[in-house]
Amino acid sequence: MALLEVRDLAIAFGGLKAVDGVSFSVEKGEVFAIIGPNGAGKSTIFNLISRFYDPSAGSIRFEGREITGLAAHEIAPLGIARTFQNIELFDHSTVLQNLLMGRHAHRRTSWIEDLLFLPRVRREERLHRRRVEEVIEFLELEAHRNKLIAGLPYGVRKVVEIGRALATGPKLLLLDEPASGLSVEETQDVAFWIEDMQKDMGLTILMVEHDMNLVARVSNRVLAVANGRPLAMGTPAEVQGHPAVIEAYLGTAAVSKVSA
Amino acid sequence: MRFIFKTSYDRDIDLFEDGWHRARIAALLAVLVALPFLLGEYYLAEATNLLIWSLAGMGLMLLVGHSGQVSLGHAAFLAIGAYTDAALMHCGLPWPVAFAAAGLVSGLFGALVAIPAIRMSGIYLAIATLALFVLVEEAVILAEPITGGIGGIMAPPIQLFGISFERYGALANFYWLCLGVVAAVTLAYANLLRSPTGRAFMAVRDSEVSARALGINVARTKTLAFGLSCAATGLAGSLMGHFLGFFNYEAFSIFISINLLLVVTIGGLGFIQGAFLGAILIAAVPQVLSILRDVSGIDTSGYPGLETVVFAAILIGFIIYEPMGLYGRWLKIRTFFDLFPLCRRDMFRRQKSYLKTERMR
Repeated sequence: MALLEVRDLAIAFGGLKAVDGVSFSVEKGEVFAIIGPNGAGKSTIFNLISRFYDPSAGSIRFEGREITGLAAHEIAPLGIARTFQNIELFDHSTVLQNLLMGRHAHRRTSWIEDLLFLPRVRREERLHRRRVEEVIEFLELEAHRNKLIAGLPYGVRKVVEIGRALATGPKLLLLDEPASGLSVEETQDVAFWIEDMQKDMGLTILMVEHDMNLVARVSNRVLAVANGRPLAMGTPAEVQGHPAVIEAYLGTAAVSKVSA
Repeated sequence: MRFIFKTSYDRDIDLFEDGWHRARIAALLAVLVALPFLLGEYYLAEATNLLIWSLAGMGLMLLVGHSGQVSLGHAAFLAIGAYTDAALMHCGLPWPVAFAAAGLVSGLFGALVAIPAIRMSGIYLAIATLALFVLVEEAVILAEPITGGIGGIMAPPIQLFGISFERYGALANFYWLCLGVVAAVTLAYANLLRSPTGRAFMAVRDSEVSARALGINVARTKTLAFGLSCAATGLAGSLMGHFLGFFNYEAFSIFISINLLLVVTIGGLGFIQGAFLGAILIAAVPQVLSILRDVSGIDTSGYPGLETVVFAAILIGFIIYEPMGLYGRWLKIRTFFDLFPLCRRDMFRRQKSYLKTERMR
């Protein structure tokens, strides 16, 4: 059974069919990339999986369980974490606090216990902190631990957001353009981390990305979409060479040139 | 400068960062406890008033500063607290029960109001809470059997174990009572901020989308913030009723709401300390004005709006020059001396994030 199974997913905003009949399944332990030109519906697919949008048709099953009926805040406890294309961090908090907020799905104390700060709250806090420290060590964020997000450079924020998603202890990690706006060196770091997350942590990763080098390097399978419809699926090389993909990116004339 | 070497996670979880910090807070508490022996009747009454305002300020700070919702109607919750307390004590209930009920009723009412209110934000929420304030004010006037209507109601004197805590008869006792309540609420507030609940508040404040993606139930979190905020304000209202002794609906006018908003904004949004600093400033302005009047000999009684003008000027000044408020300014001064002479001018300047539009709060 696939970890995530998306079948005939569709959503329309007014007359615009942003996603129209997309199906794919992500196997446990693989890195699955979704590519496509701007406005192809890639981020919309993410927002559908995160339950920010209600699909007009289709199903999304996670570990065999239908999740289209759940509320957005019920997704993280299942083990699905995500990052955002335009970094959505908690700007007025420190890196450490941001990562601790990522532990929310694992909180077990009620607000009354929190108000009184009973011993159980402290025990839980220690456990959360240990998990967060593991993430900090993995992503080498030690130097930024107590800095406010508002003062951090873009590249670091991007990493903090991956860290916050990791802190939730996910089974499936959704990365929305993890390398956008990053320098070549930073993109390489991201590539290393994705490989480590896959091999050492056993995570399954679904990502949207424009950087074809990164996609080709880390992903096992790629799905290309354009105008909300699936174009091709397969290994990075297969999809990159697929005539429909080249056409979507460069136009029909390009296809004849490439094949000629 | 001092370096704090952290050797366990507990150092970050603890309320105080080190012994020196603990000692400072203990010294502050000791001074506050000793205040009745140091001050005369008049200034002790002012100090009591200030404590009550700080308590109300903490209530609003939780809402505005930590969960990112605005309220122009918090005077309504002061009123609900004051009237609940007085009405229950008139029924013969002892003060602790009436006091707890005042917090509970205001909190529950706040949570109830939150159910429609959390769908709004920014200016819309401000207007909605303003409307709520008007409704409560009218209800207070109409519910004459309980509230005394326009004529007003007397807050019965507090008696506990044969000791009087009356504001006019035993001001020192009443002051200590208020101090105890404020200390307890401050501790609970600080606990909240270092626990998952407080973090959820701040998460909702800074990015609702992210909060939802992390498994935070935004509606529930906002409702809880509203409830806790209104409960603290209700407790303050109950004490305020006893402080005034006799009050009617005019004691909780819209200007109280606005002053409370001034307290949290000038004090420094997002800091518990800000509620206290803001309350000190709000309480000090009329005092300073009257002292200036005495010293300069200029008769200002012909200018009834002078206080308001000064408040307005202070607020505008803070919004332009120090949006982080009094506490933010204090942080900067402290950092300057901590790092002296290495403090950079733009140390606190926020980096612009060009990707995200600043949401209106």
